[in-house]
Amino acid sequence: MLQTLSLLLENKPGALMRVVGVLAARNYNVESLTVARTIDETLSRMTIVVDVESKVRAQVVKQLNKLVNVLQAQDLTEERSVAREMVLLRVRAEMANRTAILKEAEIFQARVVDSSVEGFAIECTGDPEKLDEFVDLMRSYGEIEVTRSGLVAVTLEPKKLRLASPVPMGAAEEEEEQQERVLSK
Amino acid sequence: MASTTTTQPIAAGTLLSGSQILLECLRREGVDLIFGYPGGVTLPFYDAMYDHEIQHVLVRHEQNAAFAAQGYSRATGKVGVCCATSGPGAMNLVTGLVDAMMDSIPVVAITGQVTSKLIGTDAFQEADTFGITRPATKHNFMVKHVSELPRIIHEAFYLASTGRPGPVLVDIPKDIFQASSHYQPVDSIHLPGYKLYTEGHTGQIRRAAQMIWESERPMVYAGGGIIHSHAHDELKELVELADLPTVNTLMGLGALPGNHRNFISMPGMHGSYAANMGMYNTDLIIALGVRFDDRVTGRLAAFAPHAKVIHVDIDPSEISKIRNAELPIVGDAKKVLQKLNRVMRELEPEMRALKSNQRAEWWNTIRGWMEEHPLKHEFSIDQIKPQHLMAEINRISNGEAIVTTDVGQHQMWAAQLIRYDHPRLWINSGGLGTMGFGLPSAIGAQMACPDKLVFTICGDGGFQMSIPEFATIANHKLPIKIIVMNNGYLGMVRQWQELFYNNRLSQVTLDSFPDATMLAGAYGFKGRTIDKPEELRAALEEAVNEPGPYFLNVRVTPTENVYPMVPAGGAINEMVLTPPQPVAVA
Ligand SMILES: Cc1ncc(C[n+]2csc(CCOP(=O)(O)OP(=O)(O)O)c2C)c(N)n1
Repeated sequence: MLQTLSLLLENKPGALMRVVGVLAARNYNVESLTVARTIDETLSRMTIVVDVESKVRAQVVKQLNKLVNVLQAQDLTEERSVAREMVLLRVRAEMANRTAILKEAEIFQARVVDSSVEGFAIECTGDPEKLDEFVDLMRSYGEIEVTRSGLVAVTLEPKKLRLASPVPMGAAEEEEEQQERVLSK
Repeated sequence: MASTTTTQPIAAGTLLSGSQILLECLRREGVDLIFGYPGGVTLPFYDAMYDHEIQHVLVRHEQNAAFAAQGYSRATGKVGVCCATSGPGAMNLVTGLVDAMMDSIPVVAITGQVTSKLIGTDAFQEADTFGITRPATKHNFMVKHVSELPRIIHEAFYLASTGRPGPVLVDIPKDIFQASSHYQPVDSIHLPGYKLYTEGHTGQIRRAAQMIWESERPMVYAGGGIIHSHAHDELKELVELADLPTVNTLMGLGALPGNHRNFISMPGMHGSYAANMGMYNTDLIIALGVRFDDRVTGRLAAFAPHAKVIHVDIDPSEISKIRNAELPIVGDAKKVLQKLNRVMRELEPEMRALKSNQRAEWWNTIRGWMEEHPLKHEFSIDQIKPQHLMAEINRISNGEAIVTTDVGQHQMWAAQLIRYDHPRLWINSGGLGTMGFGLPSAIGAQMACPDKLVFTICGDGGFQMSIPEFATIANHKLPIKIIVMNNGYLGMVRQWQELFYNNRLSQVTLDSFPDATMLAGAYGFKGRTIDKPEELRAALEEAVNEPGPYFLNVRVTPTENVYPMVPAGGAINEMVLTPPQPVAVA
């Protein structure tokens, strides 16, 4: 089943690679992945849609949360959330079809972003099923070329962000000394 | 620039080179020993080391630097450190890092990288170490500026040694070693995304105590996590408190002393009958720092079908990864067990009697299984049986020696038949099962514990993967007792070909084994070959009494197989116990 994940991660070298790497190594199928900086430019927000068996759903989140650069990985699949995707498509339109295409676009609240003798470039946002319908419809008018953004989602039940607090350097050293004492007993 | 030959901390603001900063950070982390191999881009680092007090052991192959660092760590619990140059050096470390990853061993690897300006140009000896080692490590870093060095080095040690331990790699471009900077000591580590769950949920721990008292056929399944968290005393307390039968996994041997009356043995593919029957029939698995490895569970659907599971692990992703846990507890084994023992005692007065009859009956059943099919020490009068070899090593060790092994049949026999009465005596490659591990890990263990008796037991196959380390052993006069269980085959593979491929022995014969006396002699130490059972005891004693290294090549029955055996994908209660046997002579 499709699982929607929202990740907040540090904008550090290799962070994106780590996320993608874990998904690949654990054999989780990625449907889509979007990533961009947040208002805090040291952080990125990622929305990932993976296709996994429902019994490994919790595993996916745990594996992602384990990454040092991931501040929070949340499963939005069953949470109250809003998810949107954008499609940009070019449709070849015969003169006879042009008005009809514009009508359809209007129904889907899509916007024409370019128009030429060959046809239109159209932008449409919505949930993925609605976009599927729109794409199907456009295909019936002629040759099309489609680019989809992948899902972006935001939760409507924000979880408190739990972060690790700084640890004084001595703390780990002390623990080691203690272990040595145990060993030398 | 200031000299760094001192044990005193270097003052903040001192102008140092990147290499000197690295050495100072290592000193602060308590590192006194590095295993490594130099090269072009690490020249500045090795130059700084020249007049620094840190000890560097020059191994003969970088893979062995990683294994030696592991041996050091596995024997002490401290972080092991290895070092390699860019490109080929770093690539040679990779197997050792993955091995450490699989067994959760804290290792910090320092690798040199080509000069920053050349990165991405396919420069001489450039490899994408950062990219290639990402899945081989718990975390890795590439240093972009010399000022980041202290922070990154301390983060690396912190990550390697806390939570679920593991290998961490720091890739350092040559110009960073050379750059100079006013040293700023780090006073705290801040990794906001690295959350540790060590305490364990109090309510869950209370429920666990209740479940343990209420169970009729409990079984403690303890593993490497107990050893990593130094929780062996707490484990013993729990086991004695409620008189619990206990199995230790391959990674956990020694967690409960091998001579403890509650210790049954190792479960799994080559586990004992009693351990596997116990796991199959239990009604409550108390899983402590284990990961339900497929070598333990056999066919999952048939594993412990009647049991509820209490699973204690520091890594949340281990819980319910393989087997669903009715009662998960995320936390450090030591802390969780301390709390659990407290609650167990609290509940003891009202609950001890509750299932005492069923518990007594359960123990009777288990003792029955143990007597019915004990792990066998086989003997013969004309050939040295592998089991006989292990029995004799066991006699000398008496539960106290460090034993590192390679991978294969000898590893399983050494796990079955040699007793480990303390944690950190038994050192082997469990998760990755990497041949070539035995000899270099013994180097690390012996360097860490100069006064301990260290055996490395290898097959004639794996041994030949790390022969170059004879030089390191000779160099440092390490009194390691190198025992090759020589069956003339890649024994474990031959066993599978015999059992599952109609005995079509494809590429498993190992001819041309070198002469032991000459080989050891070439490196300046003693060695010999034996093949008669009556020579075994004296030869082992001679080896142990030799103050320096000793190489004993023991020719054993070539075609002996390891039993019991749960064939891959089989159910643990349907193990194959013994092959058709000729009459054993004692
Ligand atoms: C690096 C590596 N290559 C291959 C294997 C597969 N393998 C597992 S056991 C084994 C045979 C080991 O033979 P030997 O070292 O003689 O030990 P024995 O089984 O005879 O005790 C092999 C080839 C491995 N575990 N590691």
